[in-house]
Amino acid sequence: MTTVADPSVGKAERKAVPPDHKPRRNLTPWLLLLPGLIWLTVFFLIPILTSVSASVQTGNYDDGFKLTWHWGNYAHAIKDYGTQYWHSSLYSVLTTFFCLALGYPVAYFIAFKGGKWKSLLMALVIVPSFTSFLIRTIAWETILADQGPVVHVLKSAHILSVTQALGWTTGGHVINTPAAVVCGMVYNFLPFTILPLYTSLEKIDPRLLEAGNDLYCSTFTTWRRITLPLSMPGVIGGTLLTFIPAVGDYINAQLLGNPNTGVVGQKIEDLFLRQTSGYPVGSAISVVMMVGTLVLVMSYIRKAGTEDLL
Amino acid sequence: MSSNDVLGRTEGGDLRLVGLTKRFGAFTAVDNLDLTIPQGSFFALLGASGCGKTTTLRMVSGLEDPTAGQIFLGDAEVTDTKPYRRPVNTVFQNYALFPHLDIFENVAFGLRRRGFKSVKQPVEAMLELVELGHLAKRKPNQLSGGQQQRIALARALINQPQVLLLDEPLGALDLKLRRQMQIELKRIQTEVGLTFVHVTHDQEEAMTMADTIAVMNQGRIEQMGSPAELYENPATTFVANFLGQSNLIPGTVEGVDGDVVTVSAHGRTLTLPAARCRATSGTVILGVRPEKVQIAETEADVPSGFNSLSGTVVDTSFIGVSTQYLVNLPSGEEVSVFEQNTGRAIQRPGNEVVIYWDPSQGFGLDGTQDIEAGAVLDEEGAA
Amino acid sequence: MTTLTAPPAAARAAAPAVRRRSPLAWARERVLLVVTVAIFVFMLLPNAVILWMSFNKPSGKFNYVWNHFSTSAWTNPCAQAGMCHSIGLSLEIGAVATIVATVLGTMIAFAMVRHRFKARSGINALLFLPMAAPEVVMGATLAAMFFNTIGPGALGFWTITIAHVMFCVSYVVVTVKARLAGMDPTLERAAQDLYATPFQTFMKVTLPLVAPGIAAAALLAFALSVDDYIITVFTAGNLETFPMYIWGSVQRAYPAQIDVIGSMMLLGTMAIIATSTILGRVRAARK
Repeated sequence: MTTVADPSVGKAERKAVPPDHKPRRNLTPWLLLLPGLIWLTVFFLIPILTSVSASVQTGNYDDGFKLTWHWGNYAHAIKDYGTQYWHSSLYSVLTTFFCLALGYPVAYFIAFKGGKWKSLLMALVIVPSFTSFLIRTIAWETILADQGPVVHVLKSAHILSVTQALGWTTGGHVINTPAAVVCGMVYNFLPFTILPLYTSLEKIDPRLLEAGNDLYCSTFTTWRRITLPLSMPGVIGGTLLTFIPAVGDYINAQLLGNPNTGVVGQKIEDLFLRQTSGYPVGSAISVVMMVGTLVLVMSYIRKAGTEDLL
Repeated sequence: MSSNDVLGRTEGGDLRLVGLTKRFGAFTAVDNLDLTIPQGSFFALLGASGCGKTTTLRMVSGLEDPTAGQIFLGDAEVTDTKPYRRPVNTVFQNYALFPHLDIFENVAFGLRRRGFKSVKQPVEAMLELVELGHLAKRKPNQLSGGQQQRIALARALINQPQVLLLDEPLGALDLKLRRQMQIELKRIQTEVGLTFVHVTHDQEEAMTMADTIAVMNQGRIEQMGSPAELYENPATTFVANFLGQSNLIPGTVEGVDGDVVTVSAHGRTLTLPAARCRATSGTVILGVRPEKVQIAETEADVPSGFNSLSGTVVDTSFIGVSTQYLVNLPSGEEVSVFEQNTGRAIQRPGNEVVIYWDPSQGFGLDGTQDIEAGAVLDEEGAA
Repeated sequence: MTTLTAPPAAARAAAPAVRRRSPLAWARERVLLVVTVAIFVFMLLPNAVILWMSFNKPSGKFNYVWNHFSTSAWTNPCAQAGMCHSIGLSLEIGAVATIVATVLGTMIAFAMVRHRFKARSGINALLFLPMAAPEVVMGATLAAMFFNTIGPGALGFWTITIAHVMFCVSYVVVTVKARLAGMDPTLERAAQDLYATPFQTFMKVTLPLVAPGIAAAALLAFALSVDDYIITVFTAGNLETFPMYIWGSVQRAYPAQIDVIGSMMLLGTMAIIATSTILGRVRAARK
């Protein structure tokens, strides 16, 4: 049969409309997602929810813990560790600030001036992270040692007396002072800031900068009016990925600080692992921190949506 | 041959679409389509972007599930058959050559999946057919656009499908190469005798290559026929505007006398054959192609029996091959006239002229249609 | 086509002198470069110090200050009790966690990139949180859950591994997703058009093209696992992984061998990257 449809189709004709096919259910995405999501739910979400219940328990390791709705744990958590909260917040804010201040130029340089060396330079940023970060942090003991060249230079330039007056360093040392802690934190978190910044900057079409120059922007103005706004997703992402982990970090404080630079993380570890009845209060502190994290992440998501997160 | 093999279809058969519908949520991409494409023909689905032509193609290939309707290859219904079990192959718009395989393996891919052990001979023969045998060991990203296109074609053809689908395959090529490939494709199709279904927005391409064209608009077929039928006797304003250019003049049917329809427009009486008029009463849109219209300086120069209208030239474009005039009618409408450059004097803007044409060249369309339908807003539909 | 005629010799003036720039202007243009180099030095200094200190013979128990040159740490890497055992444990855990996390994460990445579904934002958020949440919280809450369910005595190899998989999955998803999203989706359709079943499409087309992303994700997961301290210390019970050993040695004795291991890790990573880059260049040059 080789009949061709009527060539004089000019008006919309009322034809019989065939019934719809049954829609096909596609299970594949759920099968793929479920194992990983279940893992995360069980080992990430549920523990966080469990810790809410743990935070109102009392007891000790020998006798066990019972749910006694002891809200006093929260009172403990908030009152007794004020110094540690202050230190954690202060150091994290400083760290985030310095990471942005140092990371942005590097990311900008690699993205816009890197040319064919882009991959190599980014590798240089990331590869050191593949060495144990504990060892790398401890290396600062050597760099900032009293006998080392860095302290020597700082002493001769009289910078050390300035920082001492500010309370950043103590007793002529740099090591085991707040300054060393922040220095270590900045060092450790810098790649976490640079990576999202670079990703965001790299997407900017360089011709936009040329358009800026064409329209009477100086180099700085071009950056301020064009590059910076366009790189905001990276700035915010980098801030989140730096600040939140920094608040919980205690390794730098432990290795490079002193007993007066205690941070929240140390307290939590202490309460969990070294005090027999500390785990409910430790859980209370964790809950407080997690709530803070969620608030920050949720306000970011509200502004920017979730697609750019990953 | 493996169980994956789809041969056993050598009897061939026409491609039949029955009530084919595709909806994406509230949007209907393909609307209750009925279409029969004869075996061995070169068929073109022509339309602007978003008209549903690519969706139709994907449903035929199996890469999209229809919401309703059926697809038949000969007597066999393939509506629910998976794409890898249908004897249908596609030449994709961006070629989709596998970047991690060399040209030889790309062309051999379909054969291998169907279980053929010795692919060397057919692959080499096919590469010779497209004249790219010397590139067998290269990777796709080392080939030029035109070469990639030919490999994409070879990769599909080698499987001798019942229907070969081409999704705007020449879009990425420059003009000269495109013209070359149009001729190549037509030649290959004639040689090989397969059914080719070509989807394109380029009406010149469709008219050059296809035996039959179906013009699609908003999920429906506006008109289907040979290029000449569609061009000389369009059935709707959309086809009249989309395929080439048309002068569309609204008017009223005065009467039908035997095989002549009389229409009044602009205070004049115009005629056209009843066989070419789709409205026999009420409003009608009288159409005539610009190249059928001629220009005279006075009414006296108009041959008797010809339709004529008077107006003023507002624009003259000398194209070389022809001169294109825009003539303003007293009512404000503009008529295009393409006059071949036979050496006649060129009219200047401002000249009062009379345009005229042979009544048998006119066509009449239902007056209730949108006179702007199909007239180009984006570059795609333009000639 | 007119050809340009060369101007007569007399009219060809001497080339203009090179414009002199003030050193200040030269410096201003280079500011970004200088700053970047300085920051890179800051980032790379510790690694250099580690390599340098690995050749030190410490004067006391702590290898913090240069004493004198010695290769004894390199020749006796396992001299310190417990260190090599802890390394072995870390590697074991790393291997298992990497495999599980890579499989789970790759599956999720495929689901996210290739399919559409409504719970997308929620899943994105769930995947992002482990990357952003403080490790202390994740470790502490997970330990609390283990205490409540299997009891503190059951903490050990499997609890550590479970925790590692948990925080690695998100990173795997990000890495594989990036690679997968860059892949032309038409290729899979073309394979289906050419008679490949879904399984064959996956094996012959998708997998070869995504494999580098999966390999990178596995490498990342392995590095994260081997290097983790905080979450590990909460879930380790009586076991000691290498990071835990390092932590302890800050109290006990910090030998040069630790710097040796640190240097080996860096050199090893650099070797892998160099090899793969060279292999890539060789393969490209062979055409």
